Amino acid sequence: MTSANHVRAAKQQQKPIKQKADDLPRSMRPSKVVKITTIVVLVFALIYFLFPIYWAIIASTKSPSQLVGSNGLWFAVGLKRIPEAVATNYSILLGWTHSQFWHWVFNSLIYSCISALIGTVVSVMAGYGTAKFQFRGRGVVMAIVMSALLMPSALMTIPQYSIFNALHLSNTMLAVIIPCSVSPFGFFLGRVYAQSSVPTELLEAARIDGAGEARIFFTIVLRILAPAMVTIFLFLFVATWNNFLLPLMMLSSENLFPVTLGLYGLVSLPVFTDRGALMMGSLLGVLPVIILFFCLQRFWQAGLTAGSVKE
Amino acid sequence: MSRQATSEAGPRKRRGSEIARRNERTGWAFMLPFCILFAVVFIIPIAYAVYMSFFQQVASGGGAYGGGEMINRFVGLENFRYVVTSGAFWSGIGRVLLYTIIQVPVMIIAALALAMLLDSFIIKHVTPYRLGYFLPYAIPGAIAAIIWVFLYNDQFSPIVKGLAAIGVHVNFFAPNALIVSMANITTWTFTGYNMLIFLAALQAIPRDLYEAARIDGANGFQIAIRIKLPNVRGAALLAMLLSIIGSIQLFNEPQVMQTVDKGISNSYTPMMMALNTSRGILTPKGDGPASAIAIVMALIAGVLAALYAYIEGKVNES
Repeated sequence: MTSANHVRAAKQQQKPIKQKADDLPRSMRPSKVVKITTIVVLVFALIYFLFPIYWAIIASTKSPSQLVGSNGLWFAVGLKRIPEAVATNYSILLGWTHSQFWHWVFNSLIYSCISALIGTVVSVMAGYGTAKFQFRGRGVVMAIVMSALLMPSALMTIPQYSIFNALHLSNTMLAVIIPCSVSPFGFFLGRVYAQSSVPTELLEAARIDGAGEARIFFTIVLRILAPAMVTIFLFLFVATWNNFLLPLMMLSSENLFPVTLGLYGLVSLPVFTDRGALMMGSLLGVLPVIILFFCLQRFWQAGLTAGSVKE
Repeated sequence: MSRQATSEAGPRKRRGSEIARRNERTGWAFMLPFCILFAVVFIIPIAYAVYMSFFQQVASGGGAYGGGEMINRFVGLENFRYVVTSGAFWSGIGRVLLYTIIQVPVMIIAALALAMLLDSFIIKHVTPYRLGYFLPYAIPGAIAAIIWVFLYNDQFSPIVKGLAAIGVHVNFFAPNALIVSMANITTWTFTGYNMLIFLAALQAIPRDLYEAARIDGANGFQIAIRIKLPNVRGAALLAMLLSIIGSIQLFNEPQVMQTVDKGISNSYTPMMMALNTSRGILTPKGDGPASAIAIVMALIAGVLAALYAYIEGKVNES
């Protein structure tokens, strides 16, 4: 290995400046075998992660008999007739859901938006409060919230249901929104960001200028923490959208269902056979999350970085 | 001179305590909304669950056929006795433990390996891979389970058919394959998420460290093991702990798979047992026994987490 390195180093000396600034020095470049193996592994992994989504897209254009009879990897009809096939499955989907499908998607949007909005604001406030103010009980509160981070969250659903049921609040929108708007992880992110990006000197200067604490928070701090808030919002939004157990326990009226629960209801019907239409519903039901996901990808990275470096 | 000093110290001291008081008030004011919600969603339900776990819900009046008001009857530790002596509960725990042992290491190792390969400078365009691996995280667990249930179906899954064509006949719903089938769905959903965490940790390593190692004659593999791995250790151990805790509450996958496989019982996992007890599908039913199941599960999760931390500490020492 070392001799190979010497050879490479020697070659590098012969023509040293034929690389871009971000290129690696010759000695750090991998051999061909390593490179090909790596690419093969990475591409295989990519196929594994994307294949189910690809298959769902193909299946969403098929009738039950085409699902069984046709090639599972490609459309059953010619490309020109795809829109027709899509329209057929779409109307089947609406038929099975009694035209409630978009209502469910809308419910999901309401649950996710409202709980993420509330959750983001209270998390950032609390994170800022613990990061920038000394107060009695701060350590205790933080320890309690941090231990909730280790609490199996689904387990909480059982007693949450008992409480909301006792208060006659089960089977209401609040029964989904309130539990989803509290996130120990959101608090943790809010605190990390407030610690690292809100300068204490700036707060002092604003106080000397006579600004009240509320005004400082809403005009200065929130502006600095805006990117952090997008990150927290994103995590809370997806967590609420993807939650299945909580609405399953809390809701019994179909018109309150989020889209995950509505689709689960379809699958659990014994007479249901239009799986192509169901795949279409699944895809349409995740579309809002996928859009957020692609538009805001740098904010994901930001949140995960905070989660990995600070612990 | 000295008088001047004391007269200055007086107001300063008073001002200091005033700042402390103001800090106290403002800090709590910012904490308050979160604390109220936290109490409603975490503290009160936990306290209520502990309280309810000593009661059972029975019909009063109305005779043997029910029909009367439901009342709470104090039963002492009866609910806990029921849970810890329930064969169904312990077989559920056994299943989730087996699932944890299979799923968590596979996912963490795969995520680590992918993160290291993406961070290895071997390929130029990292973004498509990163996005592709992370995409399943955007799919709700229940919907991921629906898609995979169809991909496990022997009538129209290209995977099952393709394997059959080359002579491999798999039944993803065979009783001893179920756990692996479920583990695969979870792994599919969360590997990319964990990979991004590890990738972030890897990218925080100063680049000149690698160059220094190269000059000292280390190859790519040695750099991965000696420099990269120790630097993502913390993130990996934390992800492992959170995954272990998370897998105790395995629910979405078996619940969805139950719709096509009636062999999956209502108490297949402890979480399903808790739900079905609370909904009155399993007896004894109601909030009391369901709370007891949840509490015992939380205790088991706590023991597992402590055990993991203990083993981790032992490994660190040696």
